[in-house]
Amino acid sequence: MKKMTLQVRDLCTSFFTDKGEIKAVNNVSFDVPKRGIIGIVGESGCGKSMTARSVMRLIKYPGRIVSGSITLEGKELTRLTESEMANVRGEEISMIFQEPMTSLNPVMKAGRQVQEVVMLHRKVSKKEARAEVLRMFEKVGISEPEKRYECYPHELSGGLRQRVMIAMAMICRPKLLIADEPTTALDVTVEAQILELMRNLRDEIGTSIMLISHNLGVVAEICDYVHVMYAGRVVEQAETFELFDNPRHPYTIGLMNAVDSLERKQAVLDTIPGTVPNLLGLGEGCSFAPRCGRRTGRCDQMSELIEVVPGHLVRCHCHRQEVR
Amino acid sequence: MSEAKKSTPVNAPVLYDEQNTFRGVSKRLFRENKIAVVSLIVILIFLLGAVFAPWLTEYGYEDIDAINRLGKPSKEHLLGTDELGRDVLTRMLYGSRISLLVGIVPTVISMLAGAALGIIAGYIGGRVDSIIMRLADIMLAFPSMLLAMVIMYTLGDGIINIFLALALVNWASVARIVRSETLKLRETEFVEAARSIGVSPFKIMRRHIMPNCIPSMIVLFTLNIPSAILSESSLSFLGLGIQKPMASWGLMVNTGRQYLYTAPWMSLAPSIAIMLIVLAFNFLGDGLRDVLDPHLKKQ
Repeated sequence: MKKMTLQVRDLCTSFFTDKGEIKAVNNVSFDVPKRGIIGIVGESGCGKSMTARSVMRLIKYPGRIVSGSITLEGKELTRLTESEMANVRGEEISMIFQEPMTSLNPVMKAGRQVQEVVMLHRKVSKKEARAEVLRMFEKVGISEPEKRYECYPHELSGGLRQRVMIAMAMICRPKLLIADEPTTALDVTVEAQILELMRNLRDEIGTSIMLISHNLGVVAEICDYVHVMYAGRVVEQAETFELFDNPRHPYTIGLMNAVDSLERKQAVLDTIPGTVPNLLGLGEGCSFAPRCGRRTGRCDQMSELIEVVPGHLVRCHCHRQEVR
Repeated sequence: MSEAKKSTPVNAPVLYDEQNTFRGVSKRLFRENKIAVVSLIVILIFLLGAVFAPWLTEYGYEDIDAINRLGKPSKEHLLGTDELGRDVLTRMLYGSRISLLVGIVPTVISMLAGAALGIIAGYIGGRVDSIIMRLADIMLAFPSMLLAMVIMYTLGDGIINIFLALALVNWASVARIVRSETLKLRETEFVEAARSIGVSPFKIMRRHIMPNCIPSMIVLFTLNIPSAILSESSLSFLGLGIQKPMASWGLMVNTGRQYLYTAPWMSLAPSIAIMLIVLAFNFLGDGLRDVLDPHLKKQ
């Protein structure tokens, strides 16, 4: 069996509001193998980002992790104190965010912000830290690192800022990198460069990557294994090729049909009718049922994950017969 | 290593946006707000006058000239003399030392204390926030002038006590404004990014939140100075501030009041000085706010 960097088991994260409990992450389990890249896809509001933030333990009040375990190479993260967790962040797990425009401090020089991470986790002098930052800048493809080091974030383009963010996330050679929609705010050419960069860094540093995206193209390009999330639950998981060749869950099929492709001669893209349900007061039944074309009577009851092919799990009743 | 290097470096143009550097701000101030620049010059003149008072006048502020009591403005005494024959201009120059000091020192103290408490309240939130903010509410519930008077009355007069009284009265409003700014900043992605790389809460407050509050604090600073100057003038006018024979503008207005019909220059000169400096600071504050606040820009 492959060595796992991160194992998440039965993770539940809820927000406790005046109106009731919102189960943002509901019994989610997944593994990130060492040097592997896994993807988590889904529409907005399906709990992808909350899964990532749960792993980082960055859930804000009134949310909290209710149950489940998160182990990073054998270390149980849910039981660490806040200051122990602060040491893990940046050093062993790090994260890059969606908006490179706002995820850098506008009044601090780009280089200084990366230097801050080095100073925080390594016992090095300012000079050594600076040298390390410059090396890292070069590694993430920032031209003229000396000059960019002294730049304020507003003086950098979106692609460069995201590179600075990646430098910041990778400089301590973390075991796990969580990329929360790292390319959503970038244009397509820069997106390809950033994805290539992430893959190269994985090869070089040996970091495992957890990629969160709503873009199936990005996921298909870079991930080994994909989880599809819907309303806080994993509804389908499989290896990338298997998932794209044989999507099983009606939701996954719907997502695939909503993507344009050159082969398909179609004037109008398919859409999935309706929107993600309000997570407040979800019933017993399948949360996708109201939007599902293959709804049956059994959908009043949530299905468990059914293994249709080894390594391909689907949470839908319509695949039950195939197993039997 | 070589693999990663291959990824194409992006030669993005570096945008030299007009930002809130010292040079950028002063440039924009000059271009967009002439009144603020004039105000700045007025303030500088007053500051220079205060610093170089002994060289600017041949009289001392306590020099009594019994023959020349209540003298009209003349060549020897540009702004006339007071009831003891002291030169009004001289006393105003020396008085500006106290007025400016009282304008700046307690404002700095209250700004520092208010900013620290506001950032802590806003960032940590919860019970800490409630305690600090309820304290601020209590301070704000009192009429500030009355509170300052009570403090002066209990502590006795003297310049240190004026500093204390004014700082105590003013920190609450600063804390409120800085707290709301912090609440906004706390939700930004760069603060979350800082948390995600393991920066401690204290460092986040000091290095990520505080510097981003500075533009609004500068504006608050210039707007709080005139109110401190006015408070000192009022306290001295009421006899609770600076004591004779020291000179302060408020005190001079007060003494001049009794001779308003016979020697109006005695209270008019310091009144105009108070008005000028207060207006200058207010205009400068407005100008800085227009330049520093991106939401007000180019409307």
